[in-house]
Amino acid sequence: MKTGDTLSQNDAVSWHLVAALVENKPGVLFRVTNLFRARSFNIESITVGSTEQVDLSRMTITTKTDEKTLDQLVKQLRKLIDVVEVRVLETSKSVYRELALIKMKAEKPTARMEITTYASIFRANILDIDKDTIMVEITGTPDKIDAFKNLVNSFGIIQLARTGVSALPRGENV
Amino acid sequence: MLGAEALIKALEKEGVDVVFGLPGGANLPIYDALVDANLRHILVRHEQSAAHMADGYARIKRKAGVCFATSGPGATNLITGIATAYADSSPMIAVTGQVPLAMIGKDAFQETDIIGVANPCTKYAFQPRAAAEIPETVKKAFYISESGRPGPVLIDIPKDVQQAREEVAFPNLIKVRGYNPIVDADLSQLERAVQAMMKAEKPIIMAGGGVILSGAFSELQALAELLMAPVVTTFKGKGSFPENHALAMGPIGMHGHAEANKIIIEADCIIAVGARFSDRSVGRFDEFGKGMTIIHLDVDPAEIGKNKAADIAVVGDVKSSLRTAVKMLTKYKIVKRAIDDPWLKRRKELIDYYADSIKDYPRELTAKKALKKLRELLPHNAIVTTEVGQCQMWASLHFDVIAPGTFFSSTGLGTMGFGFPASIGAKAAKPRSIVVDIAGDGSFNMTENSLAVSVLDKLPVIVFLMNNYMLGMVAQWQRTFYKRRYSGVHQQNCPDYAKIAEAYGAQGIRAQTMEELDKALKKAMNTDVASVIDISIDPEEDVYPFVAPGTGLKDMITGA
Repeated sequence: MKTGDTLSQNDAVSWHLVAALVENKPGVLFRVTNLFRARSFNIESITVGSTEQVDLSRMTITTKTDEKTLDQLVKQLRKLIDVVEVRVLETSKSVYRELALIKMKAEKPTARMEITTYASIFRANILDIDKDTIMVEITGTPDKIDAFKNLVNSFGIIQLARTGVSALPRGENV
Repeated sequence: MLGAEALIKALEKEGVDVVFGLPGGANLPIYDALVDANLRHILVRHEQSAAHMADGYARIKRKAGVCFATSGPGATNLITGIATAYADSSPMIAVTGQVPLAMIGKDAFQETDIIGVANPCTKYAFQPRAAAEIPETVKKAFYISESGRPGPVLIDIPKDVQQAREEVAFPNLIKVRGYNPIVDADLSQLERAVQAMMKAEKPIIMAGGGVILSGAFSELQALAELLMAPVVTTFKGKGSFPENHALAMGPIGMHGHAEANKIIIEADCIIAVGARFSDRSVGRFDEFGKGMTIIHLDVDPAEIGKNKAADIAVVGDVKSSLRTAVKMLTKYKIVKRAIDDPWLKRRKELIDYYADSIKDYPRELTAKKALKKLRELLPHNAIVTTEVGQCQMWASLHFDVIAPGTFFSSTGLGTMGFGFPASIGAKAAKPRSIVVDIAGDGSFNMTENSLAVSVLDKLPVIVFLMNNYMLGMVAQWQRTFYKRRYSGVHQQNCPDYAKIAEAYGAQGIRAQTMEELDKALKKAMNTDVASVIDISIDPEEDVYPFVAPGTGLKDMITGA
């Protein structure tokens, strides 16, 4: 992460992936989200789960923000005692995925056929089906999920749940 | 050992000699353990004052002050004092009682989620869930509170944990893996900073509270004298540099010295040391420092670029950063600016100009004259705190701090009621010093019951009460921005402060004239009991200069 002095004056907003290793204990998620609220950092998604080390959790945060705010977000996160490590992941050097469950209307057989075809193109799985609805599970980058969602929107989405993004750096980078 | 005993022993091991607090249902075991402890307990009349006393103690000792409160309202009453310490980076350990573990989350009597409440205004908040966890928790709390950029840490102990009898061990070493306060600055960054300092034609040093927190007084002075650079301070940094020094310019900011506000916008290089570019100090972020080289030295990496982007950033303890910078400058044999250098001449010119241009308020006794008198009579090593409002800004303008580190105030949070209990805490830290609280009637009202502590615990301080029967700063803003439409500002000289003082067993003295003030001060300084000097100030006396909120330092108003 850059320090303030080398920061570009670029205030264009773009999408960023922030990965944090945090203590695996109660209250940590509260401390992180409370920080975001208190300093008005706008978060798109936050995921937290266990890692290869039992006493650490990994948090992945996605945010649409300018460079200056990102710099502050990272520094303020690092200040939290329970946060062990924070990195901004470059999207080109990272793998990042999100999972979505989408339940939509599929009363007509033609609709079922179409949805099944689209699902197969997007490598999505049909998880549940009854006479009026289909539920699809899709994994991918947020863009891919957006694209699928737009594609099936016309069928009528009944419910949708997204997990938020999880990410790891590629290759030997840790 | 009981959890409560483990707490007391752990505090003793940290070198704690005094705690400020008030007992209640959920911390009775701690108070029982206090009976056999080698700790001085100072009983307050409201928990807010306990936190302010611990804060005042900490600012003088430069180590964490300790306060105790019970659960629920006791704990929430501490919060204002904890938030004050957080805003001013003051080390503090607040120990609260909590309802028993099994009752947590059941909305029990006097239960409050104090960990949640304290989160945004503490460096960390612990809740040990077993007696055996207490020693390590205390050790970590002191480490976190006092190192890096200091701040308050809360330890919330459920009552059954205080009462549990367990085997406990006291660790000598602890590690907090997510916490690595940086100490030594990056040498290449320092080298860049030093080069920029030497290149500057019109350098200015802007010293903040970080200089006081790290005790970098002599290093700052050495840097200023090597560069022959004028020194302004932030309000929090007041007292980081002797204000009678030939390079001193006083505080900048909303009610800064006019010459300081003026010179900093004429500089070509700002050397900010332990300062955070607060809105009250710099006015508009976008305007401040435009076209200048900004060098920013701070212990907290998150301060770099937060309010103001730095051209060169040096992250590290400012004392060690300054020491290295001074060594580098000495090595380069910097050519000292001559006393007739245009930049130093400009400094003198501005001081002379504003000395004549700001008119004194036409009255026999004014806040300005009163504070000049206080400075004249007080020894340089006296400790001075302030309340918040006009009294505070007058203190900033008219009371020169000579001995470094002898002045402090609630500068970040602006907590009315801070000064008096904080002065008592300072007196506990340094009993042989004269301690004065520069007060106004509005603020003093808020914590005046600390007179009981000052009297009973033999911690006599002098309350220098500039009484204008008003919430004066609000009244000034209503005069300036709301067409004199006064709303909720009249305190109407109630109570009678001299009588209030006497009711507590302190000395109450009224001063209506400069002569009476002179006598009152001498009387107060020569007694071993707390004194309240009720000084009559005209309600229409405003604080000038004034940089209105949302404007830049260049827009400073120097009079009505």
